[in-house]
Amino acid sequence: MNDKEVLVEVKDVDITFKNGKRVFKAVKNASFNIYKGETFALVGESGSGKTTIARAIIRLNNISAGEILFEGRKISGKLSKEDRTWVQRNIQMIFQDPAASLNERATIDYCISEGLYNFHLYKDEADRQEKVDKALNAVGLLPEHKSRYPHEFSGGQRQRVGIARAMIMEPKFIIADEPISALDVSIRAQVLNLMNKFKDENGLTYMFIAHDLSVVRYFADRIAVIHNGRIVEVASATDLFRYPIHPYTQSLLQAVPMPDPEIEKAKQLKTYDNKHEEESEEDGSLQEIVPGHYIFMNEKQRPEYEAKLKEMMNTSVSS
Amino acid sequence: MSEDKKNLILSVKDLEVKFKVRDKVLTAIRRISMDFEEGKVVAIVGESGSGKSVFTKTFTGMLEINGTVTNGEIWFEGKDLAKIKNDKEWEQIRGKKIATVFQDPMTSLNPVKTIGDQISEVIIKHQGKSKAEAKKMAIEMMGRVGIREPEKRYNEYPFMYSGGMRQRIVIAIALACRPRILICDEPTTALDVTIQAQIIRLIKDLSQEYGFTTIYITHDLGVVANVADVVAVMYAGQIIEYGNVNEIFYDSRHPYTWGLLSSLPQLGEKGENLFAIRGTPPSLFEEIKGDAFAPRSNYALKIDYEQEPPFFKVSDTHFAKTWLMDPRAPKVEPPAAVRELHERMLALTSKGGIYGER
Repeated sequence: MNDKEVLVEVKDVDITFKNGKRVFKAVKNASFNIYKGETFALVGESGSGKTTIARAIIRLNNISAGEILFEGRKISGKLSKEDRTWVQRNIQMIFQDPAASLNERATIDYCISEGLYNFHLYKDEADRQEKVDKALNAVGLLPEHKSRYPHEFSGGQRQRVGIARAMIMEPKFIIADEPISALDVSIRAQVLNLMNKFKDENGLTYMFIAHDLSVVRYFADRIAVIHNGRIVEVASATDLFRYPIHPYTQSLLQAVPMPDPEIEKAKQLKTYDNKHEEESEEDGSLQEIVPGHYIFMNEKQRPEYEAKLKEMMNTSVSS
Repeated sequence: MSEDKKNLILSVKDLEVKFKVRDKVLTAIRRISMDFEEGKVVAIVGESGSGKSVFTKTFTGMLEINGTVTNGEIWFEGKDLAKIKNDKEWEQIRGKKIATVFQDPMTSLNPVKTIGDQISEVIIKHQGKSKAEAKKMAIEMMGRVGIREPEKRYNEYPFMYSGGMRQRIVIAIALACRPRILICDEPTTALDVTIQAQIIRLIKDLSQEYGFTTIYITHDLGVVANVADVVAVMYAGQIIEYGNVNEIFYDSRHPYTWGLLSSLPQLGEKGENLFAIRGTPPSLFEEIKGDAFAPRSNYALKIDYEQEPPFFKVSDTHFAKTWLMDPRAPKVEPPAAVRELHERMLALTSKGGIYGER
């Protein structure tokens, strides 16, 4: 894992929100690396802090402790104008609701070239047109769509516009915040395939935010599970699904309904209690249990988790 | 659709619904006939715009103002619901005999009224109980849907509840007058997966306890696998396949059902493209000729573009509306992902349906 180049480094980040005297810690001591060329998924329920972290990376939220590095350069806190522009150009975001993230009163042509205008990334009008046509073509829309408005498109098409406007900036890193949650089942696969295509062609790195683990297993290389602002487990997608160790990860995995009636009807639900997290609240940290697999725990919990992992590994080998 | 008419609670015949949108007419439901058996959980699956919500809204007279039933019958307790014209008559059915739980619990609750009042209001109106009696029943109902310390929470307002708790209250209100049919319109789509699992469980338990028939609208095939006895797949305003849950998942016949199953992300292999149904659903403003799915289907025959297929019988409980079932049609196999669905899912999970533990 160490031979891979780190693109984004999130180090001991706290994010707090203040409402009058009330202080709410939305993200607690989050640390993770995103390697170049991978798809890193951040999975959690609503209110777990996953979007808050993403917004901190693109500098929409301030962090109250720790730091965030991009290509080894610090991008959190106060930056020079030049550095800010550099961040904005290289990190793009795709949002959940394509209807809300596009300007209703602007044509698709403008929506897609907005970033180009902001940073003046084109030689002349002809060059801009060419770039827009290329981006439209890449996401499977037609040049004739340029003069239309967002409301004239279906959800899947609007999400394609959202992808096109991120791609036209030729970023190095894309944060996709639940990009397929608002889409229909038959359209989801189209959008996921499109995102994979761009990743392969342009050597992109993705951070994929999701609440649905079933999508992530297929799409992500590594997965971090977040609960109540705390990252509780980080592992490769394969390991996380094969050896989910943290009780919260297990309950999350189990809750996803499987599209198979025999399996689903035999399933017994376990309810998750917060016991494990409360026990390690004070003295816990994200520790490596086997190479590449991290669990949030304290020293007391370590033997228990190690035993659990061993048991899982044994049963999977014997079967 | 089924041949022997046992214990039917609701029977729809040749239903057609049209909407006037500006100066155009949209046909949202294109002649559906379907029987609902008492006590069963029927899941209606389809994409947005396929008409699944519109279809069930006709059972409670809740179509938007620009929509009308232009053809067909809806038989319930010896009465044709499609003939009901005024709200007074609908009140005898809606909420009382057929209740609905909607997707977003915040919009179905009144934000300035206490939770308790909203439940007892329904009991007073439909069951004619006194205020004190209604309160007692409401508290009991709150406990039944899993609200802890219901006496204390009776006087709280919706904003003080979490999304999952609010949906429990909506269910309590829907069940307060002991309906015979409960329509659940994407009841868990706005909720987190762990909460979704609890709500699904709750609806299932309550349906057994109270013995109501459940019509479950969803686009999530995982949820369908969990809740359904019977599944109806909808596409472009029609039911295109209908059968027991195992028949739909393990022996589906319509290319659209194959497409839905194949595009499941659970079936995706790393490094390969997910199967995607190409194109988009047809516009319902225009008349649809032949099989509505034909332009997106890999299995379309020439006749699919010319003539609408009838329902072909697969078994006594299983029907598919595709020309592929015609004896003259060429024999085709469903895609590998569909044939191997069960094996692939088993490979992902343990016996208890959990990823990982094998």
